[in-house]
Amino acid sequence: MTELKQLEAELMTAIAEADTPEKIEDVRVKALGKQGAITALLKSLGGMSPEERQSEGPKIHGLREGVTSAIAERKTGLERAVLDAKLAAETLDMTLPAPAFPQGSVHPVSQVMDELAEIFADMGFSVATGPEIEDDWHNFTALNIPETHPARAMHDTFYFPDKRDGKDMLLRTHTSPVQIRTMTSQEPPIRIIAPGRVYRSDSDATHTPMFHQIEGLVIDKGIHLGHLKWTLETFLKAFFERDDIVLRLRPSYFPFTEPSVEIDVGYSIEKGRRVIGGSEGWMEVLGSGMVHRRVIEACGLDPDEWQGFAFGTGVDRLAMLKYGMDDLRAFFDGDLRWLKHYGFSALDVPTLSGGVGA
Amino acid sequence: MKFTLNWLKEHLDTDATLDQVLGTLNAIGLEVEGVENAAEKLAPFTIARVLTAERHPQADKLQVLVVDAGNGPLQVVCGAPNARTGLVGVFGAPGAYVPGLDVTLKVAAIRGVESNGMMCSVRELQLGEEHDGIIELPADAPVGANYAAWAGLDDPVVDVSITPNRQDCMGVRGIARDLAAAGLGTLKPLKVEPVKGEDAGPDVRTDDPEGCPAFFGQSVSGVVNGTSPDWMQRRLKAIGQKPISTLVDITNYVMIDLGRPLHVYDRTKLKGPLVARRAKDGESVLALNGKTYTLDAGMTVIADDAHVHDIGGIMGGEDSGVEFDTTDVLIECAYFTPEHIARTGQKLGLTSDARSRFERGVDPAFLEDGIAIATRLVTELCGGTPSDVTRAGTPPVTMASHAYSAELTEKLAGVSVPAEKQKAILERLGFAVSGSNEWQVTPPTWRRDVIGSADLVEEVVRIVGLDHVPSTPLPRAPGVAKPTATPEQLVERRVRRTAAARGLNEAVTWSFLSEKEAAAFGGGDWTLANPISEDMKVMRPSLLPGLLAAASRNQARGAETIRLFELGRRYFADGERLTLGVVLAGDRTPRNWKTGKAQDFDAFDAKADVLALLAAAGAPVENLQIFGEAGDHFHPGQSATLRLGPKTVLAAFGTLHPLTARAFDLEGTVIAAEIYLDAIPAKRAAGRMRTAYAPPALQAVTRDFAFLVPQDTPADSLVRAVKGADKQAIVTARLFDVFSGQGVEEGHKSLAVEVVLQPSEKSFTDEELGAISDKIVKAAEKAGARLRG
Repeated sequence: MTELKQLEAELMTAIAEADTPEKIEDVRVKALGKQGAITALLKSLGGMSPEERQSEGPKIHGLREGVTSAIAERKTGLERAVLDAKLAAETLDMTLPAPAFPQGSVHPVSQVMDELAEIFADMGFSVATGPEIEDDWHNFTALNIPETHPARAMHDTFYFPDKRDGKDMLLRTHTSPVQIRTMTSQEPPIRIIAPGRVYRSDSDATHTPMFHQIEGLVIDKGIHLGHLKWTLETFLKAFFERDDIVLRLRPSYFPFTEPSVEIDVGYSIEKGRRVIGGSEGWMEVLGSGMVHRRVIEACGLDPDEWQGFAFGTGVDRLAMLKYGMDDLRAFFDGDLRWLKHYGFSALDVPTLSGGVGA
Repeated sequence: MKFTLNWLKEHLDTDATLDQVLGTLNAIGLEVEGVENAAEKLAPFTIARVLTAERHPQADKLQVLVVDAGNGPLQVVCGAPNARTGLVGVFGAPGAYVPGLDVTLKVAAIRGVESNGMMCSVRELQLGEEHDGIIELPADAPVGANYAAWAGLDDPVVDVSITPNRQDCMGVRGIARDLAAAGLGTLKPLKVEPVKGEDAGPDVRTDDPEGCPAFFGQSVSGVVNGTSPDWMQRRLKAIGQKPISTLVDITNYVMIDLGRPLHVYDRTKLKGPLVARRAKDGESVLALNGKTYTLDAGMTVIADDAHVHDIGGIMGGEDSGVEFDTTDVLIECAYFTPEHIARTGQKLGLTSDARSRFERGVDPAFLEDGIAIATRLVTELCGGTPSDVTRAGTPPVTMASHAYSAELTEKLAGVSVPAEKQKAILERLGFAVSGSNEWQVTPPTWRRDVIGSADLVEEVVRIVGLDHVPSTPLPRAPGVAKPTATPEQLVERRVRRTAAARGLNEAVTWSFLSEKEAAAFGGGDWTLANPISEDMKVMRPSLLPGLLAAASRNQARGAETIRLFELGRRYFADGERLTLGVVLAGDRTPRNWKTGKAQDFDAFDAKADVLALLAAAGAPVENLQIFGEAGDHFHPGQSATLRLGPKTVLAAFGTLHPLTARAFDLEGTVIAAEIYLDAIPAKRAAGRMRTAYAPPALQAVTRDFAFLVPQDTPADSLVRAVKGADKQAIVTARLFDVFSGQGVEEGHKSLAVEVVLQPSEKSFTDEELGAISDKIVKAAEKAGARLRG
């Protein structure tokens, strides 16, 4: 059977010598195609005697298998070489810049309002809102601010020439009218915070005619100044994410609270900047007090049954103290450089488990 | 309210240190705003004598002095015209910090002559405004001694902020009384020695018992008005009051010392009786500040037969004010009703030290003592003969009493204070306490702010100390905290963070605009009566002007890409509407190696943002229809509204009108959008459970169709028609090509739509597919389209 051996040797040489996928295909056709040498040998099996077939069959099949797999192996190798060459030609400079996706941001005021909502939700406070164009009853009268109070003077309050139901219309000077709107529209017990825009006719380095405040109100039975103290301590610790928050309570005066308490928070100096925490110095942060009987009465509630506390502070100011901005006016300028630097990622959603700071 | 520590100690017998005084002031509600001791900053300055003074060889206006500051002669160059041999003044050696100049002295050559320090002026030491020359001290002032100590300046000045309710602390004595109540010493008795009148009291009366219930007057004739004594000047200067003349200084001193404003008239300038009455409408007065005020019948004035001499309780008139040559005076000690004073002061826009006291309310029981003290000072310092006191009207001294139970302190303040202690505190503050269990408490006449039991709690607690209030947790509902956000708040949060996630930067802009800006965006319903400026006058009817102005500022700063959004309210007559505004300007993609030139934003960027944000807000985006009428500020051909039905506009978007862009100084194409979040219908709460769903087992089939439509046909109408052709089979119909030009009939365009068909039970047969295609073509034809051959 030197004939078969010779054929095998010839084909193996041809396979080895084929150096392109096309040439190996030629070898395949010559050996295994319709007119191929091995095909012919397979066909010849039909004309053999059973004995011959018995002895020749396996040899011919063996040859076919050996050649088939040699071709397949060679073909894979050659195709891989072609692919490698192609890939080598496709090399890119991977140091080239990738397309940039724009960096969006959430304004610090919005972020801080979300943080406040999250912290106070844990203490059972919901978020209430009210109109910014208010009447003088909600903004002043119901809050026990008499007509002769200096805050009513033109130079503090923005007024409209319009009247509604006989009441003077103005831009709310604080978020406190939301207290009134809440107490007149829902039954106690009440626990709300009310963040939002407020307006005062004031403009200098530290004042802007529009800014943000947040109001807190608790009306229930048996609520006293101690609860106010705890609430503000708990809130400030959570907000500033520090346990060394120290409060100093000072007697003060607001027409809508009695007793009235101003809250100073201790700060320390770290790397030349004021940081909330410790007690190297004191900073006025919140105004608060027990809701005045007259305010509770004005809202149609019985002050002998219901009592509670209210507090208020600047949202912009809280943001500045926590995140270190030092110019209030920049909050309302829309400077993209500032917004990107001080703004927050869309995914910085404050959560209790993940933290209320970013 | 400023006072010095020594001044305080005139009323308060105490060993307390300055720090103890400051700490107690804060603790009892008299907030310390600042403390300054002039002696500290003037420590390096000593008394020196000029030994010789000679002309500077190089400069006409300079002199070369040799001064002795206690350590031998020193050469000093000086430019003061009054520098001369023998003058005793104040010297600062090298190393001394001169507060008025903000420099630290050093040895220096001035025009070639060495100078070893400086002889100082009043202004340089921040002791006053004078700067005509260097300070001149009496010839016997001790050379070499510390100047501040010698001059009695070693007396800290304390500045406290007095809240509007504390009438009593608008005088040093009231502050002393409060500190004494807090246990910081004892209040010294007040020395009142009335001067006996030699003749009849002046003719004064009140015709306005409502505005001026009481008017006490006493005149003194034959006075000599000069400069007030050193002790008085020193105190007035220390707290920033400029000494004027003895008579004026006396009124200021009594006002600050005792919280009792007075007025002194030059009696020779008055004609007839001096009367408190209502002003006549249109009547005017030239006030002491040099301004003329026009009055009305709501205001109380003091007038004689000729004209108005005083805006009662606020400011005296120029006409009858005292001068150095005044010899006969009338001292007014009146009680003005606080509400009247406040109203008049607000109307006139006039503030004064007197107003700030009368407005809070002065002690109505102190008129007798007040006028006695004033007259005593006048006769002691200016001589003269006093008259009797004329007492017109009656001061309202009756104070209502309040029922009070000691338990209220714990109920309201959470701190338990024994009843006896509470009683003692109230009595120290001047309150009268009677009764056993339920007390009747009468406030003193200087505490008109105490009008109920809560005020009494405040008095007790502020003296006990707020630091004794125990921190008490609010009761907590069982379980984890419940969600509190309203649906509107959730929408706001989702939309905000979606916008930021899409690469937009959130801005917060003013709620008010100029009238012009508001008018260009539909006009505002609310215009301020007293805007801070013309640019901030009208409440915004749109968020776009604020954002466009911000975009313009950013462009001016060189920003190449601007993506801004704001989430806020628009203000209308019928309410405030939550709105989201978007402005895109500059490069959508900057020039880069992949795509070459920079690409501008276009109206479809706005459309993409609007649809994504509406979806985030929970709007039924699939059901929205495109309409026109986005507003005149948009490009008429590149803008649209998205509506739910023909009336409910949820958003307007598109390319900004080039004229609007120009009005904001914006360059290039500007894209804008507004989403009216308040117009989005609230989603019905459907619970957390999703509708049942299993992905279809069979493969979807895609077929493409090309239709010819007239050029002005909106593509959306064709796509909607196609989609509606077979609601069962057609899952999506998506337009993927628009073409006009070669091969397309003039005035027409070719729209290519990809339709995805989803078989449900079994695969589509060729016949079924054919039938669906026919339906699609028919539906398209109905919409005015023709299948492209």
